[in-house]
Amino acid sequence: MGAEHTHGLHLPGQSTVHRLPAHLKIVSTLAFVLLVVATPREATWPYAVHLAALMLVARTARVPAAYLATRLVVEVPFVVFAVVLPFVATGPRISVLGLSVSEPGLVAAWALLAKGTLGVLAALLLAATTEPRDLLTGLTRLRLPRQLVEIMGFMVRYVEVVTGDLRRMSIALASRGFDARSPRQWPVLATCLGALFVRSYERGERVHLAMLSRGYAGSLPVLDAAPLRVGDLVVAAALPTMAAVGMGAAVLTR
Amino acid sequence: MHVPDGFLDLPTSLATAAVAASAVALSLRGARRELDDRAAPLAGLVATFVFAAQMINFPVAAGTSGHLIGGALAAVLVGPWTATLCLTVVLLVQGLLFADGGLSALGTNITLMGVVGVWTGYAVFRLALAVLPRRIGSVPLAAGIGGFASVPMAALTFAGLFMVGGTAPLDAGSLVAAMASVHTLIGVGEGVLTALVVGSVVAVRPDLVHGARRIRAASIQAAAPAPSSGHRA
Repeated sequence: MGAEHTHGLHLPGQSTVHRLPAHLKIVSTLAFVLLVVATPREATWPYAVHLAALMLVARTARVPAAYLATRLVVEVPFVVFAVVLPFVATGPRISVLGLSVSEPGLVAAWALLAKGTLGVLAALLLAATTEPRDLLTGLTRLRLPRQLVEIMGFMVRYVEVVTGDLRRMSIALASRGFDARSPRQWPVLATCLGALFVRSYERGERVHLAMLSRGYAGSLPVLDAAPLRVGDLVVAAALPTMAAVGMGAAVLTR
Repeated sequence: MHVPDGFLDLPTSLATAAVAASAVALSLRGARRELDDRAAPLAGLVATFVFAAQMINFPVAAGTSGHLIGGALAAVLVGPWTATLCLTVVLLVQGLLFADGGLSALGTNITLMGVVGVWTGYAVFRLALAVLPRRIGSVPLAAGIGGFASVPMAALTFAGLFMVGGTAPLDAGSLVAAMASVHTLIGVGEGVLTALVVGSVVAVRPDLVHGARRIRAASIQAAAPAPSSGHRA
């Protein structure tokens, strides 16, 4: 996790995908991911259909393949799990490249990798084409509890500030010769986090007072969202429809 | 640590999503008690703190490092209801803005870290506090014990979910053994760090530590038996 992590993954653009209302994009992505998870794993071709659908979205949104590929690193932990899985799983063993592995384990590992990767790609596309602010509006329109969206809104707004605080603290530590190499340095890092908590909490109190002084009465106003257009619905339905075709065909031909 | 898409089957994912949704609904009410109408800005900033805390890499040995999960830490610092909301928001932001943790597994991740992690951590913290001497110095220690317990408990919950709706054939006994042993080690790190962070906050601003309230109230009463003898601004 570098400094870039705090900026989110948004890639500004003016494509059809970028302009689609956020709540439709969230539903579309979620439906796609659920269909991917429900796809039987016996055949490989339905996953090619899913991947093609995502690539079509990426192309329409002009999100470069390299952008997506480099950000696939978040899946490293479960890639490790998938690699280990065929060796530890139960069931009949087969020999692959001279190694004895569990056959159902191998199938499960493939399915994990395929579904996990498709899920990450779908989430990456959503994050790349949607501004954090629009995501919040979208979640409000999807009837997520108002208070939860407000908390999330504060997080989205202040994540740069708080991580900036943290960055300045670590620069201050480094400029005094601090170098975290072993658990012996944990107390210093923990004190740093303690200070960060106090600063964040106090900032929260100040923000609240500033809001009160501007007439805050317990909830934030919701900005009017654009009316729903049929064209948007059709565009948003495209991705889950393609996934449903792939998944449905896989179920029928099983 | 985040569960990706496709690890658990659809029914299990949906069931954990229902658990997560009910826990969040309850927490929204509970957090009003802990933070009154300051809930939104304060919980937002605390969530951001948890997010930032997860970014700090703590060196372990031979070039490896780990990071805090922060469920028990948040529960001790701001109370368990608010902590559940904070972890939920952190996971939502990680899932929607950073593609970290599967969107279909969001309910599972919230259940594991925001519910099991937070509430195990808080329950063990309260138990430990009841047993330890009633001194302010017991708070970080109890928080550390809570932090330690929260990790293997969440891992065992995951192992249980995997037994029910896992997508890979694994031997139940060895899965539980592997999850428990690895996460006990991770739990030691989580516990030590939770204790150190809570200790550093207790040292400078004990009034901000939710889990220290009872002890502070008791010690203030003991120090000033006559009411209104002194007023601390």
